[in-house]
Amino acid sequence: MRARKFIPLFAFVLLAGLLFRGLSIDPTALPAARLGQPFPPFAQPELLSGDEITDAALTPRPALVNVWATWCYSCRVEHPYLLSLAEQGIPIYGLNYKDDSVKARDWLEQLGDPYRLNIVDVEGSVGLDLGVYGAPETYVLDADGYIVHRHVGVLDEAVFSRDFSRWFPVGATSGPIPAAGGGL
Amino acid sequence: MKKVQKILMLSALWCLLLASLGAQAVIETYAFSSPDLEARYHLLSQELRCPKCQNQNIADSNAPIARDLRVVLFEQLEAGATDDEILAFMVARYGEFVRYRPGIDRQTLLLWAAPALLLSLGAAGLIGHFRQRRVRRPEVLTDAERDQVEQLLREPRA
Repeated sequence: MRARKFIPLFAFVLLAGLLFRGLSIDPTALPAARLGQPFPPFAQPELLSGDEITDAALTPRPALVNVWATWCYSCRVEHPYLLSLAEQGIPIYGLNYKDDSVKARDWLEQLGDPYRLNIVDVEGSVGLDLGVYGAPETYVLDADGYIVHRHVGVLDEAVFSRDFSRWFPVGATSGPIPAAGGGL
Repeated sequence: MKKVQKILMLSALWCLLLASLGAQAVIETYAFSSPDLEARYHLLSQELRCPKCQNQNIADSNAPIARDLRVVLFEQLEAGATDDEILAFMVARYGEFVRYRPGIDRQTLLLWAAPALLLSLGAAGLIGHFRQRRVRRPEVLTDAERDQVEQLLREPRA
């Protein structure tokens, strides 16, 4: 009979625990539907060369695929960090998402080019196949070309060391350091 | 003077009308080949959730991604895709999240079961509550207590 008295307390503690946990969950973070699948096939122009490229061009791997656009403010924020990742030899492929290609080329010329290549996606169709819902987004392709991680929002050192570093152990990246002009 | 008032009144009404336009859902024109497709478009666009502005369906949202998804929906309907095919296409890209009525799987089971679960929890609580009250009501006196009561009643009043 005495235990009954504590039922409201138990209920309160349970509810408080539930709500407290809710505080630390980001409701805007969506699970990526493409995890564990290969990069969706595409055939699009490359931003700088204008040549048509396909998903087969996304080598070497493991690599990052970064969704960006000149209209995206946060992309400008993360740009310097992408440059430093590229300097460390991590391959980064850009998906220039629903952007003006002329402005995009100017951006790379002025701010530096961290990308091995850039997929031009004016219509957003590659983005749609990938499940992109905004920019910036950054995906990890593992050595076999499977999508293994997605990050929505600005990529910085804290996020990278927490969520990305297991695919890119320090010093293990063997790819050549790309020239400042980008390209392969 | 009357005329000025009338003009003021009319312009106020006009402003109200304009203001109410903004509150409506996104207005776009698609040339559907049949009214049947249009009806399915409206149903599906209300069923699909915008990934960017998460508490709106794609019919109501102005987000670029919602617009893109409406275009895809229109194109697929015109191309003769079934509702299931369209939903599967969306789910493959944006997960069960894009459906306001997700399919039942391990992740959504709790979501679907929650109403029945909570209802039965509440019902169990109520039943327990009333049963307890019924048990408590007929309070039977012990023989000693009965004697005491009778003695008290028998005592002459002061």
